[in-house]
Amino acid sequence: MLRTIDATAKRNLTSHMPFVPHTQDDEASMLNAIGVADIETLFDEIPAELRSGRLLGVPAGISEMAMLRLMAERSAADSSGISFIGAGAYEHHIPSVVWDVASRGEFLTAYTPYQAEASQGTLQLIYEYQTMMSRLTGMEVANASVYDGASALAEAMLMGVRANKKSKSRRILCAGNIHPHYLKTCRTIVTNQQIEIDTVDWSEEYGTLSSSLWREREDQDYAALVVSYPNFFGGLDDVGKLTDWAHDQNMLLIAVVNPMALGILRAPAEWGQAGADIVVGEGQPFGIPVASGGPYLGYMCCNKAIVRQMPGRIIGRTLDQDGREGFTLTLQAREQHIRRGKATSNICTNQGLLVTAATIYLSLLGDRGLASVATECHNGMLALIDKCRVRLDIHPRFSGPVFHEVAFELPARAADVLAAMADQDVLGGYDLGEFDARLANCMLTNVTETRTEADLDRFVEALAVALKAVGC
Amino acid sequence: MLIFDHSSKGRGATAQFGPPMEPASDLPAEHLRSSPAGLPEVSELQVVRHFTNLSRRNFSIDTQFYPLGSCTMKYNPRGAHRAASQPGFLNRHPLAPEAQSQGFLACLWELQEYLKDVTGMKAVSLTPMAGAQGEFAGVAMIRAYHQRNGDDGRTEILIPDAAHGTNPATAVMCGFKVREVPVTREGDVDINALRAAVGPQTAGLMMTNPSTCGVFERRIQEIAGVVHEAGGLLYYDGANLNAILGQVKPGDMGFDVLHMNLHKTFATPHGGGGPGSGPVGVGQRLIDFLPTPVVGREPGPRFRWLDEQDIPHTIGRLSAFMGNAGILLRAYAYARLLGRDGMYRVGRYATLNANYMARQLEKKGFTLAYPDRRATHEFIITLAKENRELGVSAMDFAKRLLDYGFHAPTTYFPLLIPECLLIEPTETECREEIDRFIEAMGAILEEARTDPDLVRGSPYTMPVKRLDDVKAARDLDLALIDPRPAP
Repeated sequence: MLRTIDATAKRNLTSHMPFVPHTQDDEASMLNAIGVADIETLFDEIPAELRSGRLLGVPAGISEMAMLRLMAERSAADSSGISFIGAGAYEHHIPSVVWDVASRGEFLTAYTPYQAEASQGTLQLIYEYQTMMSRLTGMEVANASVYDGASALAEAMLMGVRANKKSKSRRILCAGNIHPHYLKTCRTIVTNQQIEIDTVDWSEEYGTLSSSLWREREDQDYAALVVSYPNFFGGLDDVGKLTDWAHDQNMLLIAVVNPMALGILRAPAEWGQAGADIVVGEGQPFGIPVASGGPYLGYMCCNKAIVRQMPGRIIGRTLDQDGREGFTLTLQAREQHIRRGKATSNICTNQGLLVTAATIYLSLLGDRGLASVATECHNGMLALIDKCRVRLDIHPRFSGPVFHEVAFELPARAADVLAAMADQDVLGGYDLGEFDARLANCMLTNVTETRTEADLDRFVEALAVALKAVGC
Repeated sequence: MLIFDHSSKGRGATAQFGPPMEPASDLPAEHLRSSPAGLPEVSELQVVRHFTNLSRRNFSIDTQFYPLGSCTMKYNPRGAHRAASQPGFLNRHPLAPEAQSQGFLACLWELQEYLKDVTGMKAVSLTPMAGAQGEFAGVAMIRAYHQRNGDDGRTEILIPDAAHGTNPATAVMCGFKVREVPVTREGDVDINALRAAVGPQTAGLMMTNPSTCGVFERRIQEIAGVVHEAGGLLYYDGANLNAILGQVKPGDMGFDVLHMNLHKTFATPHGGGGPGSGPVGVGQRLIDFLPTPVVGREPGPRFRWLDEQDIPHTIGRLSAFMGNAGILLRAYAYARLLGRDGMYRVGRYATLNANYMARQLEKKGFTLAYPDRRATHEFIITLAKENRELGVSAMDFAKRLLDYGFHAPTTYFPLLIPECLLIEPTETECREEIDRFIEAMGAILEEARTDPDLVRGSPYTMPVKRLDDVKAARDLDLALIDPRPAP
């Protein structure tokens, strides 16, 4: 029986070779040109005892049709009702143009634009992206992306330690109300360089950093202060005061900002007297599906004074030999392929295709569109808070303004309530008990412009049923 | 023209957003945006036309042969792209409950298993988001391993001087000192120099095999022995995995930890710079340190996330969620399409194409950097002689190739070969395309002999001629500065 399968497989080796275009004649003539009898001979420098047998842990190949059927079944298994989970990944409407154009082969299958003359499309697009992100944040410069919001923050911490001329400290002070996974990612990445991260706890009443807590850290010599806007609970910290305090303490201010919020909220360059020094965050809200967490795009902005400490690729506008305008990678002396061990980061591959999508998204929306979407998200959130208050006597855990996400306080464990909501095909939010045991009865719920009035009512109904189901 | 140049006040793609709304009155004034950012105001058609036209100013695999050494620019099946774009995958929130994630998790778990087999490693974590992040995870695991053994004196990572720039950059990012090990004229690591370099300070050695010289490191077992005897671990940079897929496994060569570039070997197009995906594989000694999350399987089968509770010595998280999840789905779909026999063929035909190309170029009069070695999936030619005698450099050849409709090979890497081109055809190119490239190279060589200025002044057919990089770095213009709209 085994022999039969092997014989079939052997026949298939020559008659069925997906994505390998060689005919038997091609192979024979190429081997002849090389002067060897068979392909096997080309591997004769590999010690024979190292040659592997067949890959028995990999199944036999299947057709595209069969593969797509399998993937459709698996994907359908994961399609579940309606989601109100945000916590760092937000479902917004994605205009059809975005991926129609971004998926063009000339964007999709191009390499990193090292050969500038043959990559003007990608290079100009990134320059436009850099312009949009710097205008949105008010900063002077943006890079061409890093992996995601969490890794962008880690890079910002490393950059902050390098860029702070007033302090040699290798300690970072970080708001305790940033995304917990961001904090974990940063610890993984920066601690190898003997950089320490301290956190400031959030206020029990507001969920924001209270001045009494942050002032305890006065005169302790940190390289930078990290604040999140909105914070992980969806609330708005007093970023102006925090920025001024950080600068007064000779710290740089690193802002982690949901860029969608900047459609209506204050640009980080305008926080306090002098503005933020480094602005990073998750670009996913700009035309990128939530898609299990990636690929997304980490954005990074700063001012020109410290641009040489920025990691990642940066595009500059220049002239060609005939004086025509063109675009090219610049300041490459920061990067690993030139500076090796002295580079600002080891990053090479970034999130280019997602930058393409985000740039198209921002072009379509413009200022008015972004303000409109951000306002709709905010208003939808307020409407849901109101419905929960009126119909269920359920209230936000913290007082103070929110953008498009809120921590609801429940009369039972959030994990149980969320499970009972999921049974009704409503994913009600993120269990804040996973973030902090003090919030085991809280869920973090997000509303975007994609949620209709009827969706909000469905949320309230599902929550009502769930509360009954858990005995409340 | 920039997209901003198409902008007209009051225009907009208004099907994409609602009518103007009053700013929310509950938000305190100090939190409100003070003035519009200055994004373009353009119609939907203007957006489509602008970006479509920009795309036409790019080379791409879909339009050109891209023999870019070390980058594995092969055809990435559209089926894999479509598979990952199923609505259930695109709409799945990364924090969705496990019960609503079994389809996704099943794909990831199976991919972990396939990659274990392909690499000969004991366990795999899929979470690193690109090769460089995979390298970071791998070296961080080496660091954690020595630390847990109380072996604090291991402060150095050894790296062959021909290595990718990410290797030393990664070692430094992980807090190590870098010591370079020379490579012999044959392209192998200088084993005597390696013996002299190892010691109680050695944390590990990072290398690629096939190496960046486009040859297989023949004494890999001996190298592994030297490093292991000194108490160090061996890191495999998987950038060149396409060369040996199905032929030889890094785990069998003695490597303790590796990363794979799924965007090179497993079907993700490069997207003008990314995204990639850089899963790590480990041998027995490093299993306890894998980055989280990892996918586990329980009876049923039921798949679930393994986090720091399950892997207590993990180096930790590397991203907000699960790395570049969509790329992992593409890799899974590609693995299913190829199957074990398809994977076996990848390494073989990539190697056939490279060896054919190397010999044909040699017949045209080009100088191979390692003429006595087998090419692997890539090879190097050196244009030092042409540069000396004709004044035409490797860069000139690269630029002139663009006029002939070919993307240039990798230039000036590895640094130790003067005036070099690193050429990688991949298995998906047919013989005719390779022959056309060889003809073009021959024609350029002829031009270099008869009219060197023609080659030095190239390219002529691109949207721009050679750009002033010095001006770009000196007069930094990194964003369009315009009068912003008034508040």
